Amino acid sequence: MAHGPSTKWGEDKASGYKAKLGVYLFIFYTLVYAGFIVINVVNPKLMGVIVFAGLNLACVYGFGLIILAIIMGLIYNYLCSQQEYKVNK
Amino acid sequence: MIYEASPFAIGLFIAFVLAVLAISSYFAKKTQSSKGYYAAGGTIHWGVNGIAFAGDYLSAASFLGICGMIAFDGYDGFLYSIGYLAGWVVALFVVAEPLKRFGKYTFTDALDYKFGSKGIQLTAAISTLIVSLCYLVPQMVGAGDLVTPLLGLPHYAGVVMVGAIVIFIVATAGMTSTTYVQFIKGGLLIVFSTVLTISVLINGFSLKPSENYHVFKTIPAIAAEGTVTAIADPSYKIAGTFKDVKGHYLKLENGGVNTWWQVSENDGRTVLKETLSMTKTADGDVLYNGEPKAARKFFQVGHASKIIVDGKEVEKTGSVGPFAFLANVEKSEVVRFAKAAFADGKDKVTVWRQNPTSGKEIMRPGLKFKVDKGSDFLSKLNFVSLMIALFFGTSALPHILIRYYTVPSPKDARKSTIVAIGSIGFFYILTLFMGLGAMLYGVLDLESSNMSAPLLAKYFGVTLFSVISAIAFATVLGTVSGLIVAASGAVAHDLMSNYLGIKMTDKGQVKAGKISAIVVGCIAILLGILCKGMNVSFLVGLAFAVAASANLPAIIMMMFWKKTTSKGIAASIVVGIVSALGIILLSPSTYADIYGLPAAQAPIPLDNPAIISMPLSFITLVVVSLLTQKRTA
Repeated sequence: MAHGPSTKWGEDKASGYKAKLGVYLFIFYTLVYAGFIVINVVNPKLMGVIVFAGLNLACVYGFGLIILAIIMGLIYNYLCSQQEYKVNK
Repeated sequence: MIYEASPFAIGLFIAFVLAVLAISSYFAKKTQSSKGYYAAGGTIHWGVNGIAFAGDYLSAASFLGICGMIAFDGYDGFLYSIGYLAGWVVALFVVAEPLKRFGKYTFTDALDYKFGSKGIQLTAAISTLIVSLCYLVPQMVGAGDLVTPLLGLPHYAGVVMVGAIVIFIVATAGMTSTTYVQFIKGGLLIVFSTVLTISVLINGFSLKPSENYHVFKTIPAIAAEGTVTAIADPSYKIAGTFKDVKGHYLKLENGGVNTWWQVSENDGRTVLKETLSMTKTADGDVLYNGEPKAARKFFQVGHASKIIVDGKEVEKTGSVGPFAFLANVEKSEVVRFAKAAFADGKDKVTVWRQNPTSGKEIMRPGLKFKVDKGSDFLSKLNFVSLMIALFFGTSALPHILIRYYTVPSPKDARKSTIVAIGSIGFFYILTLFMGLGAMLYGVLDLESSNMSAPLLAKYFGVTLFSVISAIAFATVLGTVSGLIVAASGAVAHDLMSNYLGIKMTDKGQVKAGKISAIVVGCIAILLGILCKGMNVSFLVGLAFAVAASANLPAIIMMMFWKKTTSKGIAASIVVGIVSALGIILLSPSTYADIYGLPAAQAPIPLDNPAIISMPLSFITLVVVSLLTQKRTA
């Protein structure tokens, strides 16, 4: 059977920590994303309310979801790298 | 509308194609092993891989489709940007590192790594092929649409050209050349989309987008009991009428040319408003605003009808910052165009009437997806289902997943995903500005929303138009290359080598992969030509829905539920494919757009299947896994 990784790398003792952290961050982001869907379905007029610099909630929430994904990605990478450095020395 | 090829655009296009062919030829000599062919040797730097992810993911649907949808339907198009990007969070936090750890060359490898199951190998390979083909066809049709304005060639020539170039890219150096083509294309797309957005912000927007913008006429009329009896302009004569729930339209004749006008009330008085129309006559001619296409009477449209800045009504905004641009659109009023189709005797008429829409409506969901005015339970369920498919579909697309095998380690897979999220997220923010720019700059071709972004670039000159069009073409090349690598891997590696157990040397595997790529490429060319003019946007939805329903439950449960069995995975993939395909093929949109039947006759009232098919796939996996515990223990 032609399975197994295409490249070799050392043992990663941080994989458990990273998987758990990933799941927590995934759940957090999913809740924020679900909030966007729920507002649109339950109270769509709220999306038209101006909340910041002349922008309505739809724009702020939409941009927020994109920017939040980038920020959370950077935080995740920082924490994972720290853990890898700590336990894989 | 009529497009003219520019020599600069042709030159740029040829230069790009030559560069792509040169890259492929250069890497061909270095790609002799299966590891090199399928996974670029696993040596790609995470930064390059991250931008290549963007080049792979930002397909014609993302660039041309989303910008066009925003240009026509405002914020609703931006929902796709949000959903497509949010999907990368699932990829980063849940899928990236485990997939790199478990897999070798294909998505099937990762699913099957601890089972060695023929069932998984077969079903996952079929799922890969379905998703890849559903994704391929719109790209090929899009390529055909693009070469007409860019090079002045017929549709089929564009499809054959893309197919031939992509087959060359993949068959010479597989994933290595594909990676660098995607890297260059992803980088160029982001840089020049930024240039286009900055141009929009510097320009601002005005009531008259350009000097030669068509001024729409309004003619006063007299009506009695809902019927127009006289019109104020004696040069026009009433030649016909149409009235039903779709609207009230009058056909006026002037100098032997028939045009259609919308009958409406303005301050209690009846007026006739000019529309754009396309008439397919009984003898097969197509007339645009009553004249042949060559007369160029089918104008580009889209403009602001009222602009409010700092509480005052103005004629133009001047240069603005990004927030001020969006805030000004929110306070203004924009003329969009609403489509209606009806029969006029034996002629088939399509009219686009002016539809002034407040910025408040444009800047929030509701114009396309019914979540507020005119919504009901099903329309809201459709919206939720779409957002679910976008969120969960990304991280289950086979051509995206195989890019995790091109980097050296799981750590690099994670870092490249973060680069991808940053670059793709930045691009998706730009789509809102590009789409709204196209909506306001009088550049819309009402026959094709897909041309909105290139035509917006044309507003700023032939140079930017040529560059953006060449990048749009490259967008197709990059994505199609990735799809063909994924599909050829499914055929040669998953089906031939693993499922059928055909013994091949390493060189034999590369040869099988290349032959598969040529065959898949030829099929894609054929489908691209056959599907010309067909509404293929549903195929992209189908690809996401199948990926989210068939692949994601299997990936998630394989990683997080210890009781998962091979039979459970295989069954969930089959149920995910069948339920997602079944719901879409029996949906109202498919009935209306594909079969030409009344949407009300569709047996399933949902257009987006994920809200049903995904849970169904999860449940199947759990039930079948529990039922097959002892046999697999």
